[in-house]
Amino acid sequence: MYDIIIIGAGPAGLTAAIYGRRANKSVLVLEAKSYGGQIINTLDIENYPANNHISGFDFATNLYNQAKELGAEIVFDKVIEITNNKEVITANNKYNAKAIIIATGSDNRKLGLPNEDELIGKGVSYCATCDGAFFKGKDVAVVGGGNTALEDALYLSNLANKVYIIHRRDEFRGEEKSVNLLKEKDNVEFVFNSNVTKLISDDKLNGIEVTNKDGSSKTIDVNGLFIAIGRIPENQNFAKLINLNEAGYIIAGEDCTTNIPGIFVAGDNRTKEVRQLVTATSDGAIAATNAIKYIDNGE
Amino acid sequence: MIEVNKDNFDKEVLQSDKRVLVDFNAEWCGPCKMMKPVLEEISTSNNEIKIVSINVDDEDELASKYNVSSIPCLVLIENGEETNRSIGLISRSDLDSFIGGK
Repeated sequence: MYDIIIIGAGPAGLTAAIYGRRANKSVLVLEAKSYGGQIINTLDIENYPANNHISGFDFATNLYNQAKELGAEIVFDKVIEITNNKEVITANNKYNAKAIIIATGSDNRKLGLPNEDELIGKGVSYCATCDGAFFKGKDVAVVGGGNTALEDALYLSNLANKVYIIHRRDEFRGEEKSVNLLKEKDNVEFVFNSNVTKLISDDKLNGIEVTNKDGSSKTIDVNGLFIAIGRIPENQNFAKLINLNEAGYIIAGEDCTTNIPGIFVAGDNRTKEVRQLVTATSDGAIAATNAIKYIDNGE
Repeated sequence: MIEVNKDNFDKEVLQSDKRVLVDFNAEWCGPCKMMKPVLEEISTSNNEIKIVSINVDDEDELASKYNVSSIPCLVLIENGEETNRSIGLISRSDLDSFIGGK
């Protein structure tokens, strides 16, 4: 029996582990893949207080080592289910806790096209700054209308021969400043009111079929497609027990409590306005503090 | 784990007696750095496979020869032929089954 089981070793989960250990609680962190979460894809973090430049990898590794040095136990295993009496069932084991913190974060939202998965790494990407360099001088497309899509398109416009921006509406949700910068670029073309409806490939991506609202469709030859249509919270395995909103986020306020006493949520998978590194670590501190209170009150 | 470039690629990879796992990576790639210690460990503990590292920034010819467009990218090569490939950060257990061919 652990005092606190934390699901997810990203910034929220590892921060919760630090707070839990410093309050002398036994802490188990369960991680399905690898510590750090999505921050490891960030080249240079420039907005974390008191750290004007740090790579996502260094940030995650420091945090991981800090949690381990304080005595958090970290096991790589995927959580399948949690129960009302705080049993945590993983792919390989079962654990019990007095309190649980769900800090599973989010994953890339996919277009949902049939051959999308098999083309990942063969032209389909969800991270322009990670994979953009492989498309120097080539033609690429970005799908999406938010800030990520606009920033991706700007980044790619400096590398690629041509950048198409495919957006289902005729105006962007993202910042106007980015839109204006893109409009000034000679190699950027906007494709509005359109969805990507087919990925054309032999072994790798050669083009996309784009269908307009009016029903007409056309083929655009591209070697790369960068999908930036948002993220989905990884809460599917908790949906039976924990209340989620329509978009799949765990419903919780700033106190990080869920509908089940003793089960807390921290980080990007919670309903909130601002999803940033600093708000993820902040959630970790709050969720752990409330978990400690819950345990100490003997509830 | 040895660093491979276009000059020793034939000898170290294509003509290797053992199966080779080629790790395409780059200095700026966080997920690649996450995989590195795990690959190092397998490299020293598993004699049946040879693990080599290719820096895609220095070796863009090799990267494009193998159509690498996302890293980390792990390519398994047996008798000079690609037999399997894994793209993106994967867990230790997925890596073990990838190498084991399960």
